[in-house]
Amino acid sequence: MAADDIWILGIHMTRFGKRPELDTIDLASEAVRGALADGGVSMADVGILAAGSLMSRSAGFGQELQKQIGQTGIPVYNVANACATGATALRTAIMAVKAGECDVGLAVGAEKLSGAGLLSGGSRPADSERWTPSGRQGAVAALDGRVGTETMPGVFAQVGMQYLNQHAYDGVPLELFARISEKNHAHSTLNPLAAYTKAMSLEEIMGDVMIAYPNTRPMCSANCDGGAAAIVVSDAKLKTLDPDQRRRAVKVAASVLTTDPWQEACQVLPDVNTLTRNAASQAYEAAGVSPSDLDLVELHDCFATAELVHYDNLMLCEPGDAVDFFESGATSRDGATPVNVSGGLESKGHPIAATGIANVWEICHHLRGEAGDRQIEGATVGLAHVIGLGQACGVHILEKAA
Amino acid sequence: MAKAKQVPLVDHLVLGERPHLVANRCRQCGARYFGRRSGCASCFGVDFEQVEVPTKGELETFTIVSMAAPGIPVPFAAGVVDCGGTQVRGNVINTEPDPDHVRLGMKLRLATHVVGVDADGTECIGYGFEPLEAS
Repeated sequence: MAADDIWILGIHMTRFGKRPELDTIDLASEAVRGALADGGVSMADVGILAAGSLMSRSAGFGQELQKQIGQTGIPVYNVANACATGATALRTAIMAVKAGECDVGLAVGAEKLSGAGLLSGGSRPADSERWTPSGRQGAVAALDGRVGTETMPGVFAQVGMQYLNQHAYDGVPLELFARISEKNHAHSTLNPLAAYTKAMSLEEIMGDVMIAYPNTRPMCSANCDGGAAAIVVSDAKLKTLDPDQRRRAVKVAASVLTTDPWQEACQVLPDVNTLTRNAASQAYEAAGVSPSDLDLVELHDCFATAELVHYDNLMLCEPGDAVDFFESGATSRDGATPVNVSGGLESKGHPIAATGIANVWEICHHLRGEAGDRQIEGATVGLAHVIGLGQACGVHILEKAA
Repeated sequence: MAKAKQVPLVDHLVLGERPHLVANRCRQCGARYFGRRSGCASCFGVDFEQVEVPTKGELETFTIVSMAAPGIPVPFAAGVVDCGGTQVRGNVINTEPDPDHVRLGMKLRLATHVVGVDADGTECIGYGFEPLEAS
């Protein structure tokens, strides 16, 4: 233990899926109460709240939440960073504790997405009566569908296809990405909190509704409701707590948030690679671990096409070797570097602002030896990664208490 | 009958006898962008010049969108075309939007088409990229 270590004392993920009886604040409250109970503390102990809910459109989501979990007068930071919103909330709470502003921080993210039509990216406005240039492109009409695509499945399909083009892949892209999805859906059968827990055959995945080639529907993240919350404490605070709390605490070996440094063409097609590679490099250095030390990884498989490129970006394989790495079976739950044993966003689900904390919860669950049927035996170190387009990348490396 | 008045879909499409795209290039570091700039994201410079983008290129990546927002005809092929070192976002047009006809690395050229006509009878001209050779 070092004096400036930060620990996850309590963490909770709600069941993901359809939760029609609950609103966003209910989901966040459930997550917070779970995390507080898990850590053995109460709102009276918490010195800062970092909260996010991307779709709730409430300026004061954290304050609305306080009205249901405890108004203690502590500072609230309402955060938004697309799909990295949860990781940003966690990072904010960690920074506050690290800075010595308080010794207990709370981060929470929650989202209501069941039935949301996000797959198609909203709706295109009708053309105006007269062509009038507007915006930075001087566009006289909506560009989505006319100058490329703005849908997420389409953007991330291009990310995966670009990787195949750069590395002279000569197989069948649809089948390759379907097999990644098949792996994650198989993993999900062991996760009772996942939105979808059904194994799917390669044929079913390839033959399902095409959304944006090569991503069929089961290769896309599942819209669902859910929340996740974490309690972080300083090393000094942890030392004052009882042995059972100390035993279950998980060390935050690295907490990193990056944005994309300028690269040629990064404003044409989002470059999800450079900022992820930068975040991973910084995290490995801060934690003093290498990719081969990782017992499991939860990475941002918002689409099957994204999972492939992040094997490379997180340096789980040699540069350019993501396809061979996957095909070796390394990323299955019985492989050398299990990836997305939770089922990933494709089956566990992706309630946007919850995801960046839910991924950390999954890792903590294994490090504590509490993951039940899907436990990765003997796990001592794991990595959680999220990316939000726009862009922001969060990487957390977690270590089991010594 | 007089030819209809035309406007480009976006500022970086130049119409006329030889339609082409123009990029804003940073005078300090050479970074290229499409659209109006406040400054350069690479070197923080503020001076830009317009440069012509080659009209021929290679398909660097693509998707075929089958589910899109209401009002957008599907399927269509969307991708990024490397035009002599400048990456351009655009649709692959004048070929079937399926993986048999749209392929990574295929050679393409800029092509324009009428997007629509407004209440004054003015045509909006958009662009895409079509196969250089008929497949």
